[in-house]
Amino acid sequence: MTYISKPKLHHPKLAQNSLGFTHRDYEGKVSTLCAGCGHDSISAALIHAFFELNIEPHRVAKLSGIGCSSKTPDYFLGQSHGFNSVHGRMPSVLTGANLANRDLIYLGVSGDGDSASIGLGQFAHCLRRGVDMTYIVENNGVYGLTKGQFSATADKGSKSKKGMGNQDAPIDLVGMALLMGASFVARSFSGDKKQLVELIKGAIAHRGAAFIDCISPCVAFNNHPGSTKSFDYVREHNEAVNAIEFIEGKPEIKADYDPGTVTTVRQHDGSVLRLRKLAADYDPTDRNAALSFLHRQQAAGEVVTGLLYIEPNSEDLIERMSVTKTPLNRLGEVELCPGSTALEKINAELR
Amino acid sequence: MSGRIERTNDFVVLFANVNGSGSASANRIFTRSIIRMGVPVGSRNIFPSNIQGLPTWYEVRISQAGHLGRRGGVDLMVAMNPQTWDKDVKSIDPGGYLFYDSSKPLPPSKFRDDIHVVGMPLTEICNRQYSDPRQRQLFKNIMYVGALSALLGIEAEAVERLIGELYKGKDKLIRPNLEAFRSGRDYAEKNLKDAIGLKVRRADAVGDRILIEGNDAAALGALYGGATVAAWYPITPSTSLAEAFQRHCRRYRIDANGKNKFAIIQAEDELAAIGTVIGAAWNGARAFTATSGPGISLMQEFIGLAYFAEIPAVIFDVQRGGPSTGMPTRTQQSDILACAYASHGDTRHVLIFPEDPRECFEFGAKALDLAERLQTPIFVMLDLDIGMNDWLVKPLAWDDARKFDRGKVMKFEDLEAGKDFGRYLDVDGDGIPFRTYPGTHPTKGSYFTRGTSRDRYARYSEEGAVYVDNMERLLKKLETAKKLVPAPIKRRAREATKLGAVYYGSTSVAMDEAIAGLEKSGIHLDTLRIRAYPFADEIIDFIRDHEHIFLVEQNRDAQMRTLLLDTGRIDPAKIVPVLHYDGTPITAHFIASDISRRIQEYGRTSIRVVAS
Repeated sequence: MTYISKPKLHHPKLAQNSLGFTHRDYEGKVSTLCAGCGHDSISAALIHAFFELNIEPHRVAKLSGIGCSSKTPDYFLGQSHGFNSVHGRMPSVLTGANLANRDLIYLGVSGDGDSASIGLGQFAHCLRRGVDMTYIVENNGVYGLTKGQFSATADKGSKSKKGMGNQDAPIDLVGMALLMGASFVARSFSGDKKQLVELIKGAIAHRGAAFIDCISPCVAFNNHPGSTKSFDYVREHNEAVNAIEFIEGKPEIKADYDPGTVTTVRQHDGSVLRLRKLAADYDPTDRNAALSFLHRQQAAGEVVTGLLYIEPNSEDLIERMSVTKTPLNRLGEVELCPGSTALEKINAELR
Repeated sequence: MSGRIERTNDFVVLFANVNGSGSASANRIFTRSIIRMGVPVGSRNIFPSNIQGLPTWYEVRISQAGHLGRRGGVDLMVAMNPQTWDKDVKSIDPGGYLFYDSSKPLPPSKFRDDIHVVGMPLTEICNRQYSDPRQRQLFKNIMYVGALSALLGIEAEAVERLIGELYKGKDKLIRPNLEAFRSGRDYAEKNLKDAIGLKVRRADAVGDRILIEGNDAAALGALYGGATVAAWYPITPSTSLAEAFQRHCRRYRIDANGKNKFAIIQAEDELAAIGTVIGAAWNGARAFTATSGPGISLMQEFIGLAYFAEIPAVIFDVQRGGPSTGMPTRTQQSDILACAYASHGDTRHVLIFPEDPRECFEFGAKALDLAERLQTPIFVMLDLDIGMNDWLVKPLAWDDARKFDRGKVMKFEDLEAGKDFGRYLDVDGDGIPFRTYPGTHPTKGSYFTRGTSRDRYARYSEEGAVYVDNMERLLKKLETAKKLVPAPIKRRAREATKLGAVYYGSTSVAMDEAIAGLEKSGIHLDTLRIRAYPFADEIIDFIRDHEHIFLVEQNRDAQMRTLLLDTGRIDPAKIVPVLHYDGTPITAHFIASDISRRIQEYGRTSIRVVAS
């Protein structure tokens, strides 16, 4: 837990974007997550992306479900409205919000517990509807707020901190998103800010359902022998691993690598992720190819990151539903109420 | 053989049909033709959860006096379903009539000697006139309408005009239907003269009333009340409400560029439906969902969130028999407690109870105002009887001067002027805080929406005192709600009485007839119709002012009684439950006989008190 408040004053020469805002204008409250949590890096990436996109913070609506990840919208874009809704149901709340005012930018923040388990249904349906949004899952394979149970994205055979083995096959949200018809599908890693910022920017600019599965290590509950993501396990199986000796209070891990290579990245919890940048000949507009590539690489134990699929001529729910350009929440009696004359006609038809 | 029931403009006809046989439109023509003759009719479908093949009944109450609830009993049975023959024949009142298809001979044991049997070889005539099996079936229905029109004295022109209106646009259906109608009528005129002592006589008792389903009327209420977002999941008996809203929007909500001034989502389930409504309402659009009991169960968590986060939402609950694999096509008032206390934690919700489609319209629009004024979910409690049956009601009315009450919303100008914004700050002493829509102001008015765990300024806090402060304010808001919801309707008995009857919702029509009947037998009751929860003080006062209260409900557990007792201001012993919950709409006979019986149970002293 962080107890130190952020200073309100900042350096007068902080860089400004074209709106005259500094990074500080995109920040939120002080995070209450564990020090070094991957989720805080994602919040930082979001701040960076919105700053660089020159978006007025108050034009963004942040919606989340329940869990560590879903708390984070309080920690960035403090001038935006946020909604910490119910577990696994962020997508429906976001859908309704989007219908009410098509002029705002919608950001859905969720976790692997929130989206891959209780909310799998809503996850699938908001993607298939093509709701105009950026949907980020902060994926750590574990339930953090309830202290370390497996989530549905945990690998089969992985051991929990208490020594239980995970018997179930993992749900791959990227594969799900591709199958459900999301028109922008990406995976990133919270330790790779450079890539993540670019992907977030792309997702926000995208029209339709943009999904980012962001691997975001849990520093508190996934660093133990037997976990497929633990330091020891990965060291045993991969020589490229560098040892890390502690969990908490350490600075963020960065993973910068060149396109077309596979890199093993040490996670906060000591486990290793093999991050594969997409090959130069990869066609991100071919949904089927993306799916088979994913399956192949996954079987080889690699975690594919980057922009996996994008539909260049995507459409979104509101357009498809032919909703009027004026946001629905701005329409009043004159636009909405047919009035007494029309009602007389209706009455006459019912006699 | 007992005597013949001889009645004019006051009797009950029950049609026993097979689901999916095309009887519904013929039966509807029958009802409407009587209304066209100026005689009020109440009609009800009693139907199975099935598309084709199972028994279905259509009950028609003809009442010049305007008693349009179910009376109880059957004067004329139109028995068109061999599956239910025995039960149908049994249900006829002594001296009543059985109209049936006499094409196949039936043994005498299949009849009763205290009823009057009117046979007509419908199948035989149809088989003679039509070769296509589907036509044989469909025209048999319109043929019996023809026969009944002659037997009951319904004017041929009324029916013929309706056939023309019904098949307008499908003109080639008009002539064969007219022919079938006339052949039925001709047969009855020639062969069944004066066979039935029940008559329809032209009157002037309908006035400008309209025939409309509650679901349709509620959808019109939502349309007029400015709902722009609807999210729903198909569930009987609420489906036709959402579908009607869609139909009305396509007609009245298309802008000059052909774009929609509405957005309707058929959600993946009820959870997503209410989530979408909450998201839309949080963002400043008027939004509703329509569902039934099982949907309410699924929505519980979200309803709690909306209550605590103070987000407007309108929920039309078209009640049916429970549970999910229950009695989806049968009516009940059995979601009262499930809605009043929906969700976990300390929650209480505003419920409003329309008595008929007209109030469905009125309350449908009002619910949207109440939701935004009170920033909380509002339940409009219909039931299947109101929602899915055609009711004859006064025409719908709208005052063009009426403005939507958008509640307390801080605008850009307010924030710019430096008004103190605390999302959960009670500035007016009514428990209702101000809210802001997302995107209002660059630097002021944003907040992070949570259930609780926040202070008056929406800042994170798990302090006990802060939690209690918020909960107390929510109670204050409920007090405010009491003054804003539809007030109860009271009716004094002709003679002073210590007895009272309390009822709500669709019971109203049967109640009116029951009270009139009881009055004739010397039992006088003051009545009060509850129209909303939280209860206005005058409801409690009414109960306290009477020695005994008969509380008439259409559920097993006297749910409204529980809710009344929860106010802590009423002696439980004085509220006597009168409960009807077999899935069919309550009847006047049931109410009157149950109340009479209870009064006798209380002994002659009480009765004397009543009579004095």
